[in-house]
Amino acid sequence: MIMKLSLGPILYYWTRETLLDFYEQAASWPVDIVYLGETVCSRRHTFRTEDWLHVAGMLAAAGKEVVLSSQALIESESDLKTLRRLCSNGKFSVEANDMGAVRLLSGTPFVIGPHINIYNPHTLEILAEAGAKRWVVPVEMSRQMLADLLEQDTHAMETEIFAYGRLPLAFSARCFTARRYNLPKDDCQFRCLDEPYGLTLKTREGQPFLALNGTQTQSASVYNLLAELESMQGLVHVVRISPQPQHTGDVAALFHAALNGATTPAHAARELAPLMPEAACNGYWYGRPGLDQVAIP
Amino acid sequence: MSLELVCPAGNLPALKTAIDHGADCVYMGFRDNTNARAFPGLNFDYAAAQEGVRYAHAKGKKVLLALNTFPQTTTWSRWQQAVDQAAEVGIDAIILADPGLMRYASRTYPGMRLHLSVQGSATNYEAINYYHEHFGIQRAVLPRVLSLAQVEKVIKNTPVEIELFGFGGLCVMVEGRCVLSSYATGESPNTAGVCSPAKAVRWEQTPEGLESRLNNVLLDRYGAEEKAGYPTLCKGRFEVSDETYYAIEEPTSLNTLELLPEMLNMGIAAVKIEGRQRSPAYVEQVTKVWRAAIDMAKRNTENYAVHPAWTTQLDKVAEGQQHTLGAYHRPWK
Repeated sequence: MIMKLSLGPILYYWTRETLLDFYEQAASWPVDIVYLGETVCSRRHTFRTEDWLHVAGMLAAAGKEVVLSSQALIESESDLKTLRRLCSNGKFSVEANDMGAVRLLSGTPFVIGPHINIYNPHTLEILAEAGAKRWVVPVEMSRQMLADLLEQDTHAMETEIFAYGRLPLAFSARCFTARRYNLPKDDCQFRCLDEPYGLTLKTREGQPFLALNGTQTQSASVYNLLAELESMQGLVHVVRISPQPQHTGDVAALFHAALNGATTPAHAARELAPLMPEAACNGYWYGRPGLDQVAIP
Repeated sequence: MSLELVCPAGNLPALKTAIDHGADCVYMGFRDNTNARAFPGLNFDYAAAQEGVRYAHAKGKKVLLALNTFPQTTTWSRWQQAVDQAAEVGIDAIILADPGLMRYASRTYPGMRLHLSVQGSATNYEAINYYHEHFGIQRAVLPRVLSLAQVEKVIKNTPVEIELFGFGGLCVMVEGRCVLSSYATGESPNTAGVCSPAKAVRWEQTPEGLESRLNNVLLDRYGAEEKAGYPTLCKGRFEVSDETYYAIEEPTSLNTLELLPEMLNMGIAAVKIEGRQRSPAYVEQVTKVWRAAIDMAKRNTENYAVHPAWTTQLDKVAEGQQHTLGAYHRPWK
C-alpha cells in the first residue's frame, strides 16, 4: 500500500495574496489531499468561507481530494454559524475538529481532525458509527499506542498522521500574540500577519521551546517523521504535511519521493534538513517527550 | 434557586473537611492515572472511597468521581473497572472525558449520573448536546475559556446542567486540548493524568538565581527577593522577540466571587473549586468562604457584595497570591 500525502490546513494567518499564490502552486504539488480553512482564530478574515470554497473548487479541478477543516475552539454563536455553513456546504467533506462539528456531521462521511481526542478503539468505533471515514491521530500518540489501537480496530477507517510541521500543542481563549504586543484580543491589529510562522518563544537561556500562533501554542521544533515512513507501513494511510511559509512544495516533493521509493527516507530526511526553519523533533512517535529528537539511523 | 458548591477532595481528611464546612458535593479520584490529578500520595483507594461516600451520604451530601483521563487501548480495562467500582461504592455521579468510557458507563449502569469533564473540551452547546444525546450526560463542566455572555448562550441552548470553575489554579488553555506537558516531559493530563509532573521538576541554585527546570527545559529563574511557585509549564517566564515576561500566564488563581449573582441569575447548576492536590487547610478556608458567599447571594442577589474578609482569606491560600476573573471577563483574553 502506498501511503497518500496530504497538505494540512494552514495554521497561520497569511495575506490574501499569499494564500491565493500558495494554493495556485499547491495545485501542482504531489499531494493527494488538501485540507482548507481557518482552524485557529475566528478573527482572521483575509479569506472568507466563499474564498475557501473557491480555492476548493480550483484544487478539486486539479485532481486533489479537498476537505474543509473546521475551527478547533468554538466559542461564540458566530463561530457556530460559520461551522454550520461549512458542515452543510453540500460539496466537500469536512474535517471535524470539535465534537460540535461531529454532531452536525453525523450521518455523512467526514474526517476527524487531530484536535478530537481518540486514544482507544471504543471511542474510534463511536465515531465510525457517526460516519467518520478517516481520523487524524492526536499528535502526542506514539507509534506503539497507535499500533495497539489499530490491532483492536475493525472499522477500516483511514488513519492519517501529522508528519511534518510545528506541532499544534494547545488552544486557549487568550491570544498570546496580542499579549506579546500588549494589545487586547478584540483589538489585536492582526499582528499574526507579521508572524507567518508564529512567534518563537525561547527559554531564558535562549533555547527555542514553543511558538505562539495567536490562540494556538505550537512546538518551536519541527515535527518531522520523514525518516519514519517505513515504520508507518501497515498502520498509516495518509501522511500530513503542515504548511510553512517557505519550501512547502519542496517538502512535499521529498515526502513523495520517499513514499514512492525514489529515494530512501534517510536520504530524503538529510535533504529536508536545510529547508526546515527550526530543529527537528520526533519524540512523540517514539513515546518520548515530544521535543526529543531520536537519532535517525 | 439552587447552586451547588463542588469542592475538591484529594484524600479522606480533605473530603471530611469539605463536607463539614459546607460543600454540597465533593469530587475525588482513585489512586492512579484514571484521573487528572494522578499525584503521588494523593487520592482514594477502594476502602477510602467507600468511607468517603458513607461519610458524605450520612450528612446528605454527594460524592462525584473524576474518571477524566483518556484510557489507552492497553489500559482500557483499568478504566472500565474504575467505572464498576464507582457504581459499587455508590458514587453519585462519574465525571468522564472519553466517549468510549461514557458509552460503557451509560450501557452498563443506566441509572448512573454522568457528568462531562472539563477534559472533554466542550465549549459550545452543539458539542454538549452530542454527549447528552449519545450518552445521557446530565451535567457539563465548561473549560475556562468562555465569557459569561457565552456561558449564558450555552445554558439557553442545552438541557444539560452547566458547572463552572469558580476558584483555584487557572488553566489558561482549553482543558483536554493541551499537550504542552507531554511535549516537554512525555506525560500530559490526557494520557497520564498529570501536568508538569513533579518527577520531571528540578530546582537549582545558580549564580543567576534559583532556577526551575522541567525535564531540563528552563521554566523560570528567580531573584533573591522573588517568591518561587510550582513550575507549571505555562506559568514560567520566557523570551519572545527579546522581551522576557510571563508569555502565557502569570502564576495566578481564578476567583469569581464577584460574579456569583450573575451566575445564579443565568442558571448555573454548580460552582467548582479547583485543588485536589491542595491541603485540607486550603479546602477548609475556600469551602467556608464560598459557602458564606453562595448563601448570601441566594438570600439577596441584588444586594450581594463580596465581603473584603472573604477576599483576604482566599488570597492567603491562592496560587501566586493574586487572582483574576479569567476568561469570564473579556479583557483577560
